[in-house]
Amino acid sequence: MNMMNRTSDLAAGENATAYARRQKIYPKLAHGTFRRIKWAVMAVTLGIYYVLPWLRWDRGPNLPDQAFLLDFANQRLFFGPIEIWAQELYYITGILILSALGLFLVTAVAGRMWCGYACPQTVWTDLMIVVERFWQGDRNARLRLDYGPWTFEKIWKKTGTHITWLLIAVATGGAFVFYFRDAPTLAHELVNGDAPMVAYAFLGIFTGTTYLLGGIAREQVCIYMCPWPRIQSAMYDVDSLLISYRDYRGEPRGPHKKGQSWEGRGDCIDCTACVAVCPMGIDIRDGSQMECIQCALCIDACDEIMQRVGRPQGLIAYDTFRNLDAPVHEARVPVRWFRPRTLLYTALILIVGGVMLTAWMNRAVLEVNVLHDRNPVFVQLSDGSLRNGYTVKILNKQHAARSFRIAISGLEGAGMTIVGMSGPEPTIDVVTDDLRALKVLVTVSAAKRGTLAGQATPFRFAVIDARDGSVIYHDATFRGPGDE
Amino acid sequence: MTGKEIDSVTGVETTGHVWDGDLKELNKPLPRWWLYVLYATIVWAIGYWIVYPAWPTLNDTYTKGVFDYSQRAEVGKEIAAAKEAQAKYFAEIAATPIGDIEKNQELLPFVMAGGAAVFGDKCGPCHGKGGGGAVGYPNLNDDDWLWGGTPEAIQHTIEVGIRSGHGEARDMAMPRFGLDGMLKRDEITDAAQFVLSLSGHGTDTAAAGRGAKIFTDNCAACHGDAGKGNQELGAPNLTDGIWLYGGKLADVEKTIETGRGGVMPYWSGRLDPVTLKMLAAYVHSLGGGK
Repeated sequence: MNMMNRTSDLAAGENATAYARRQKIYPKLAHGTFRRIKWAVMAVTLGIYYVLPWLRWDRGPNLPDQAFLLDFANQRLFFGPIEIWAQELYYITGILILSALGLFLVTAVAGRMWCGYACPQTVWTDLMIVVERFWQGDRNARLRLDYGPWTFEKIWKKTGTHITWLLIAVATGGAFVFYFRDAPTLAHELVNGDAPMVAYAFLGIFTGTTYLLGGIAREQVCIYMCPWPRIQSAMYDVDSLLISYRDYRGEPRGPHKKGQSWEGRGDCIDCTACVAVCPMGIDIRDGSQMECIQCALCIDACDEIMQRVGRPQGLIAYDTFRNLDAPVHEARVPVRWFRPRTLLYTALILIVGGVMLTAWMNRAVLEVNVLHDRNPVFVQLSDGSLRNGYTVKILNKQHAARSFRIAISGLEGAGMTIVGMSGPEPTIDVVTDDLRALKVLVTVSAAKRGTLAGQATPFRFAVIDARDGSVIYHDATFRGPGDE
Repeated sequence: MTGKEIDSVTGVETTGHVWDGDLKELNKPLPRWWLYVLYATIVWAIGYWIVYPAWPTLNDTYTKGVFDYSQRAEVGKEIAAAKEAQAKYFAEIAATPIGDIEKNQELLPFVMAGGAAVFGDKCGPCHGKGGGGAVGYPNLNDDDWLWGGTPEAIQHTIEVGIRSGHGEARDMAMPRFGLDGMLKRDEITDAAQFVLSLSGHGTDTAAAGRGAKIFTDNCAACHGDAGKGNQELGAPNLTDGIWLYGGKLADVEKTIETGRGGVMPYWSGRLDPVTLKMLAAYVHSLGGGK
């Protein structure tokens, strides 16, 4: 590089900016199949979110009757008939793994379906745009308003928009806190001003984030904050159905007058309807790009135009790279649904789902845990007998108080005492939904020491339900000095 | 080269920087709000300095912040709240005779947890975290007690210690038979063989026979004629298989020669009465208590 070049580079560099103003986007309302699907998805997802905490579920006395409740105070999660305790949180891990695999599978099959239809950022942004359109009109009216002077009309239209956004935001944050505490009670408390501080804090946080992310930031969240756009290109392949501009059909593009021949030119009349409706402000005709959330609104917009100019629909459509790149598009191969990637994701989903289901079916309402004392591992008593200490934990997950007896089996001539209880096999009461830890001492008399199998003798604790006699066994070992 | 240069492939303006003669960087500026967020975090940080304690000052103190916030004070408040929540347990423990604590199923988990915590801090260094003991430090899980294993006896031992300098300390010294020349070398061996034979561990019947008389003359006063020990005096039972200083011949000879005699600190006045009670109940619950 010579001196000349360097100077001119610096001159050009001074013109370049490190930070750019945001280009505000004014999405136009699209009409068509995908817009209708998106309206339906918006209604269903928002409906579920706002209504869910108000559904009731009768679980009997002393338990919350809210169908969906994340009861952090008592370390329980309630999902209708399903109840997850703190020590069963791995079920949540399983659900997260399933969600991730589901996202991978959907992306491999049909691109960013999640982003385009179901992501909360998309749904709430869509809702906020509806509000904006209600107060300020569609794209052209909004553009006129924004570029025009500050008039009384502009002020009240803008004020109305922001007030409605804030109301939606408050309702969103409100719905969120209701998942964590009995909804009717909390609603009462919130109004009276004696709800817990943390409820107000989260209400504030979620009001702020909904207003800021859904109302103001919008596509900036998807482009600059969300990691998924960076990952997506690794998640789909040449057989994934992506929103695509069929340039083989559309090019060369150009304006078209009514009655003109379509010979020798493409179907794209360069009307930019696809750009006007795009909530990300991109031009899909530039090809697959990071910013595209694949919401399919450009398909609706283009189809409408194609119908008007009398050309077949589907200039923009769900299509695969394989077909776009094919030398003869009409003889396109059917979509390959079954390929290693989709089969692998499906198999993984089935395996994880199967494991979780099996685990759930075998979920016990009684859990027994035995911890062997480590210091000392065993104790020799003055009469030569050996004793081991254990902590036996009984967890009663049934919604009723239960009584148990503890016995040991497989250890010849062993005696057992429970600290704080008298008698060889006392009754142990465990109240509803609670854990009871007992210190249990097992002694093998000097005379029976010979029957021990060296340093570690396996035996079993039996926890017997006093009412129905059902037994849960737990393996343990009795430790001793071994051969002296 | 004047004005903007547009990259022909992407249609994006370049920065004008050129590397290796022909590589050019596209100008993809960050959104400006990103910059404003950075400024906002800086403003936030400055606010933080003002509101909360932040800067050390020259006279060995620090700026207190306008909210007068102190983490130490917050912890103090939380400790006070926790103590208040525990107050009813403490009152109940104070009112319950130590022998009855284990039977109180409501109190027991609290006592066990509290006792275990104090035990780990104060007793664990010598007796082991689980009270398993070591040579010279009694195992608190077994049923062999020098000064008695009832809850009351254990509590008293914890309160006054052993040879601790406390006015009422458990104190009894075994004579130094060898060091003070009271027994000769072979007499010590004979006595040791007899002592071992009491628990069936002797190896030399002839020596043990000779040792019987030495034992009666010198040891029986404290350990009893049958060697069963005496908890009033802290004299160990020699007929069981449990040895504080080891059960080999050399260990027992050494014990007779030097008299041994361990020390345990006293805890009355250093732990409050309720804590002492919890500790004693916990030690008793380890399983060896009478």
